[in-house]
Amino acid sequence: MGDSSVSHRVLREHFGINTKENQKVIALAGNPNVGKSTVFNALTGLRQHTGNWPGKTVDNAQGIFTYKNNSFLIVDLPGTYSILARTVEEEIARDFICFGQPDVTIVVLDATSLERNLNLALQVMEITSRVVICLNLIDEAKKKNISIDYAGLEQELGVPVVPTAAREGIGLEDLKEEVYQVGLGFKKVQPRKTHYSPEIEEALAALIPKIQDLGWGEFLNPRWIALRFLDGDEKLIDNIVRHLSLKAGQSLNSEVEIAL
Amino acid sequence: MQGAKPKNKSQITLSQIKEGSACTIAELHLEGLLRRRIMDLGFVPGTAVQCVRKGPTGDPIAYTVRGTTIALRKEDAAKINVFMA
Amino acid sequence: MNNTIIGHNLLIELKREAQKKRLAGGNIYADKIVSDIFTNAEDIVHKNVVRKDKQINWSQKADNILTSKITGYPIMLLTLGAILWITISGANVPSAILADVLFRFQDVLTGIFMYLGAPDWLHGVLVLGAYRSLAWVVSVMLPPMAIFFPLFTLLEDLGYLPRVSFNLDHIFKKAKACGKQSLTMCMGFGCNAAGVISCRIIDSPRERLIAILTNNFVPCNGRFPTLIAIGMIFGAGNLALHLQSAAVAGIITGMILIGIAVTFIVSWTLSRTLLKGEASSMVLELPPYRRPKILAVLYRSFIDRTIFVLRRAVLVALPAGAITWLVSNVYVGEISILAHTANFLDPVALAIGLDGFILLAFILGLPANEIVFPILIMSYLSSGYMIELDSLTDLQILLVNNGWTWLTALCTMLFCLLHWPCATTLLTALKETGSKKWSFLTFLIPTGVAFLVCFIVAQSARLLGLAP
Repeated sequence: MGDSSVSHRVLREHFGINTKENQKVIALAGNPNVGKSTVFNALTGLRQHTGNWPGKTVDNAQGIFTYKNNSFLIVDLPGTYSILARTVEEEIARDFICFGQPDVTIVVLDATSLERNLNLALQVMEITSRVVICLNLIDEAKKKNISIDYAGLEQELGVPVVPTAAREGIGLEDLKEEVYQVGLGFKKVQPRKTHYSPEIEEALAALIPKIQDLGWGEFLNPRWIALRFLDGDEKLIDNIVRHLSLKAGQSLNSEVEIAL
Repeated sequence: MQGAKPKNKSQITLSQIKEGSACTIAELHLEGLLRRRIMDLGFVPGTAVQCVRKGPTGDPIAYTVRGTTIALRKEDAAKINVFMA
Repeated sequence: MNNTIIGHNLLIELKREAQKKRLAGGNIYADKIVSDIFTNAEDIVHKNVVRKDKQINWSQKADNILTSKITGYPIMLLTLGAILWITISGANVPSAILADVLFRFQDVLTGIFMYLGAPDWLHGVLVLGAYRSLAWVVSVMLPPMAIFFPLFTLLEDLGYLPRVSFNLDHIFKKAKACGKQSLTMCMGFGCNAAGVISCRIIDSPRERLIAILTNNFVPCNGRFPTLIAIGMIFGAGNLALHLQSAAVAGIITGMILIGIAVTFIVSWTLSRTLLKGEASSMVLELPPYRRPKILAVLYRSFIDRTIFVLRRAVLVALPAGAITWLVSNVYVGEISILAHTANFLDPVALAIGLDGFILLAFILGLPANEIVFPILIMSYLSSGYMIELDSLTDLQILLVNNGWTWLTALCTMLFCLLHWPCATTLLTALKETGSKKWSFLTFLIPTGVAFLVCFIVAQSARLLGLAP
């Protein structure tokens, strides 16, 4: 545990994230226009700080909130429709979820256009299992006569689903509770596996064992990596190698430090 | 580059859909980032799309797809083949 | 070490295998993966969401009017005019009260300085220089900002701005630029630095640069007070009170339209010269309209925008006021340093319809546009005409006594609209583009345009005998 937390810290510092001891890191993802910043503001109040992502001209907002005596550092990711990483914003969001190893990733969804929004949620759930869905704008959905079976959705997705109307301050305490439960490991989550067409599943079955041989498995989901190989996302593969060496290099250094 | 001519007779391009009409996406002849961007918004083959309005000169054109409204420029919409509903 | 080498070979092998699969499959995996995720999403929604048919869709109904071929443009123009009118007429009274209170306090300060027997120069630098320009900036700027920003944030929250982009995209397309540029221009109304940052929403680097280089042609909140004051004095001074605000709103709207026209012309030119290229695509989401939360809007626009911009203006106004007082009261020979400099600038300034003091005020106003007018008044005041400035009539007398005609007013407004961006905006452009060349052009292009336009206007007016 000690070693992995050191390497987590290194990876996070690489993203300009500095955590205090025992502070949990929460990533906040979502499409544009879903009230993500309202959720962010509602959770952190004035305890926030804005800047840019290291080396990028993309906004990076971070904030802190405390719940049940635990401190949470929340990182607002760029609003994106996808994290298949074709733009800088998508790459930042994906790399942070992938390499920043957040303790929980909150995905904010617009309850009035769930189909489009679930696209992102499903993509995030392929990378990390520690996901909490914030189903926002339920007040707007009600106005539009859209009724959603929250329990059914939660069961289907296998991760906590919290209905919220962040602008009205509804559901935010529940959201904190679920983040706390998942972040501290009290609640086990089992995200739904996305089903692919037979030809893709076949190709995946052939690739996954070989990816497992690479020994990246401990913190990257081999199925997700296999999908990126099929995508032809060479940049990600190179990124993985770079981040792994960063991680390996740093844990080596820390061993030296301990020895001294 | 002009949009590829629809191969199939029953296919037309998304830009040819009249305001208020619906159609189903058949195939995309877009390239690169735009192709990904448009697919990420839910314009994938088999998706039902409705043309809701056109801009002042008939360009850009707004479509509803998966419960959201997205505006595209005419020549981009011309590179998406659809089946009339 | 061994491990990584084995890992490396495995990786290369894997890449090769994946590529083989991709090619064998006709390279359809990437598309198929996206489609399949949506199929999963559809399935989940199908099981858990029920949409009742045929609800009234207010957003669509509103869009029928707001983006209509017939009513779309007039509504945009009316909205702009209405916002300006509310800002101008609403700011009148609080501005007068603030000025009254702040200038009365100046007398108190002067009293204290006299009582303490402080030297004249100290009183001059601190009270007549620093305090007076601070009082000017606060009384002239705070009320319009405190009205404009909330109104604008309201429009933003409502979801109207993407419709503006939708309506205007075809014009931007002709200029081979992006329709989202109009969103960045809207942000520029508040503050050009914020406008430059908002250019991040434009995907194509070429079109983003065009948007950054032209953002300054939208007058920011720091320039509105100057435009309003001059418009009030020369455009509406003789009208009945209730007509004044409407007339000034009309004048400012006209100025903004000129700014927008220049934006199109410069964007068009850039697309054919320095930033040659074809219009790329534009994908624009039109989110449903939402009822804004009034309190949140007030809070956000006040804390985030009004206080932020005012703070910056005050920080610049204090030293700038002190320095201006100094240079206008330190004499070299017969006249002050300020007058020397103004005289030096005079020939160029006169050619473009201004005078040396006006041009100097714009130059000294580089740190923040808000202080241009206060500096100008201070330089006029120090050059002999000492009057109490508690009404626009007095201000008009001051300007006319310094040789202002309608042409001076018009050229000053045009120069204010078109000239170089403030230092903050330039630094922001440097940060966003990461290039000295493009940041310099962010300075050079507006400067060139401002000189050119004012020169043409001034020379034609004189040639036609319309002005001295």
